[in-house]
Amino acid sequence: MTKIHVTTTVNGETAEFLTDPRETLLDVLRNQLGLTGSKEGCGTGDCGACSVLVDGVLVSSCLVLGVEAQGKTIETIEGMADPKGDLHPLQRKFIEHAALQCGFCTPGVLVAAKALLAQNPDPTETEIRYWLAGNLCRCTGYDKIVRAVQDAAAEMRGAA
Amino acid sequence: MPKDELKGGFRLIGTRPNRPDGLDKVTGRARYGADIVAANMLHAAVVRSPHAHARIKKIDASRALALEGVKAVVTRADFPTGLTGEDWNLQENTIAGDTALYDGHAVAAVAATSALVAQDAARLIEVEYEILPHVTDVDAAMAPDAPVIRAGYADHSVPEGMHPNVVRYIDFGHGDTEAGFAAADLIREHTYKTEATHQGYIEPHACLGQLGADGRGEMWVCTQGHWYIRRMCAAVLGIDAANLRVTPSEIGGGFGGKTTIFMEPLALALSRKAGGRPVKLVMSRAEVLRATGPTASASMDVKIGMKKDGTITAAAVNFRMQGGAFIGMSPVTEALQCAFACYDIPALMHEGYEVLANRPKAAAYRAPGAPMAAFAVESLLDEMCRELALDPLRVRLKNAAKEGTKSSYGPSYNRIGFVETLEAALAHPNLAAPLGPNQGRGVASAFWFNHGGETSVSLAIGEDGTVQVSVGTPDIGGSRASIALMVAERIGIEYDAVRVNVVETGALGVNEPTHGSRATFASGKAAVEAAEQAIAEMCRRAAAEWGIDAEAVEWVDGAACPAGPNAGKFPPMTIAEIGAKMGGTGGPISGHHESVPGGVGASFGTHVVDVEVDPATGKTTVLRYLVVQDAGRAIHPAYVEGQYQGGAAQGIGWALNEEYVYGADGRLQNPVFLDYRIPVASDLPMIDTVIVEVPNPGHPYGVRGVGETGIAPPLPAIANAVAAATGARLRSLPISPPKLLAAMKHK
Repeated sequence: MTKIHVTTTVNGETAEFLTDPRETLLDVLRNQLGLTGSKEGCGTGDCGACSVLVDGVLVSSCLVLGVEAQGKTIETIEGMADPKGDLHPLQRKFIEHAALQCGFCTPGVLVAAKALLAQNPDPTETEIRYWLAGNLCRCTGYDKIVRAVQDAAAEMRGAA
Repeated sequence: MPKDELKGGFRLIGTRPNRPDGLDKVTGRARYGADIVAANMLHAAVVRSPHAHARIKKIDASRALALEGVKAVVTRADFPTGLTGEDWNLQENTIAGDTALYDGHAVAAVAATSALVAQDAARLIEVEYEILPHVTDVDAAMAPDAPVIRAGYADHSVPEGMHPNVVRYIDFGHGDTEAGFAAADLIREHTYKTEATHQGYIEPHACLGQLGADGRGEMWVCTQGHWYIRRMCAAVLGIDAANLRVTPSEIGGGFGGKTTIFMEPLALALSRKAGGRPVKLVMSRAEVLRATGPTASASMDVKIGMKKDGTITAAAVNFRMQGGAFIGMSPVTEALQCAFACYDIPALMHEGYEVLANRPKAAAYRAPGAPMAAFAVESLLDEMCRELALDPLRVRLKNAAKEGTKSSYGPSYNRIGFVETLEAALAHPNLAAPLGPNQGRGVASAFWFNHGGETSVSLAIGEDGTVQVSVGTPDIGGSRASIALMVAERIGIEYDAVRVNVVETGALGVNEPTHGSRATFASGKAAVEAAEQAIAEMCRRAAAEWGIDAEAVEWVDGAACPAGPNAGKFPPMTIAEIGAKMGGTGGPISGHHESVPGGVGASFGTHVVDVEVDPATGKTTVLRYLVVQDAGRAIHPAYVEGQYQGGAAQGIGWALNEEYVYGADGRLQNPVFLDYRIPVASDLPMIDTVIVEVPNPGHPYGVRGVGETGIAPPLPAIANAVAAATGARLRSLPISPPKLLAAMKHK
């Protein structure tokens, strides 16, 4: 199948790729751009391990086609820490609270949690649980994830 | 050991430092099974049977092979013949022979230059099937008219006259059950059923395999145990184990499901056929659910006799479990052994049957067999406590197994902490929380053996006095952190000065997987032994420099010191000083330990749950959840809590949502996460934990192993809470809203 040329912005940098129109954005990120932090847990939009932001909107990148990235701005887990490597408060709190075990869902959970705090800096436990209901974690029972998000939100509010 | 001794004396053990792999995992840098590429790599796809039971009459790959980019197709004809026993089982499950035995059974595989081409090619492989009658339910598979899945595989234990699908019978017990039941004031007997569930790790199976015509190869794979991968792939492919170097990736969850092979030999066979080009094979979620894991489904009869004061006088169980179409996969033995392991009962009888059905080859799932057994036994105990108006925790306390008790499965217990978990549960504030309308409280307990297993660990002192530890147990839940804590504690250096690496098969002797709750116990114990060797050598180096006997040197806080005034006056020689000059004092300093460690300590747990049931819909909401479990000692308490919470969440899913749904056609109806619904964040409350610490005398720091016990109590605890809330007793799982609503109407 003829490949299509796409120009997009990923984590602040211009990226170009040729994609088969059947390839998902997740495939492109992982296989063409080398950004393997976004994970495929289901391929059907149920697990959230592939969560990225497209023009600031939280999406499952396995449900977006690579060609749809044309002209868009994409943020992935690889762009979450600042360019010097200083971690985002969510990343730091996830380590401190032991909010990850196997870590496979972690990139998607972090991207989703960042999107939550961008629009709701002081979420309740229930709001966090419903926002993250699209991100499956099989290891933690979510307890420490919710606590880490709460703690990061508190720190970010204090810092603001 | 008195409680005040438990916490004392440790510098690092019991603290909560950041895990060494944390940074990689929050930045996306950690490399899992599908995250690696190799030069000249091919991608594979698998053709799977759409039928539950079908004879394979013909496989025609000519159209697939004609597609541009397709480099190889393999079928069973590409694998060696003559395998026996479990090796044959593994090969038969990797790729079907004459007969497809379940929906999703691999029939052929193809390698091509891209994943899309491989998937296109898989669709072009034509398979002609003759559909055979099938059976998926365990009771139906034992019925006289059930289709025979495999004739002639029943072993000598199976009583005459049983259906050929019954392949093994087991019985054991002790005491006089007839007298025991005669002494009871109340005897109750019921049948319980649990459906198969899947481990549900979020990372699908993935590997990158390379195998040359010379029989030498490599594999990168997400697994709980890479020596198992090596042995099994070598057996299935007919190559030498030492010629296959297997490197474990970071692992995105396993829960027992990644202790065996499913598709790994296909990648290697395709590579060999494609001139040795590396082949990457990544399963889809539907493939994971249809063709890997799951656990057994069970049908269980339980009979218990109890006195009015709650004393259990006798009990008998008869369990029937299917583990798919393969011999030896049903965890019926473990289920029977766990059934009454919490209790000291004078008369017990256990009987069980292993049954074949047209389902995927079951794999271990967190305390295999224990959750089903707990559901049956702990549900019936709860009913009887209610009938006799007895407190269910105090009845468990009255019958609790203790140190010295002869266990229900044979051996006598060493020091165990079951009583302590019950006492801690009774003292917990959750037990005093008021309950409103439609709300109920349930309790349940469970047991898991834990495991030692083949273990090989190396440790080496660096030139700057830092320490590297090489272990063979993949880290799933923080074991690198806990092993580093133990080594740093023993050597007397900082936690950050110890780096624990999970190394490939070429670097150590055979290690069993991270299974049986063994990584922190077994690799940790071996790492401490290896540290002792390195310490002894460092003392010898210091003694040689000081010109005194090695016995006159002791190791204190990370340094060699003269032992007492008679040894001479020398300033302490630190590990950094010893490391810096070791090249001139005798060469590298290391320690090595390999064994099958004994001293395994069983772990008991008690859970308390409050639920609310919506009387209009039958939906159960978990309001409050408490896990109390004996860890022996929590090396890194945050990751112990994580095991408790994660186990509880999986058990809650098993109790309320999760099940394999087979249609009349024998096909799995729910092979996606939308329909196979594991608990999401909004399904659960915070999960409270109490870490009981009754140290295991068989481990230098008292570790028992904590991973598995916690999945078992939620099944009965939730059923008991639902019964308390509604008066409806569900004896089959899951307690789905329609099922519960119907039970509430008919109670």
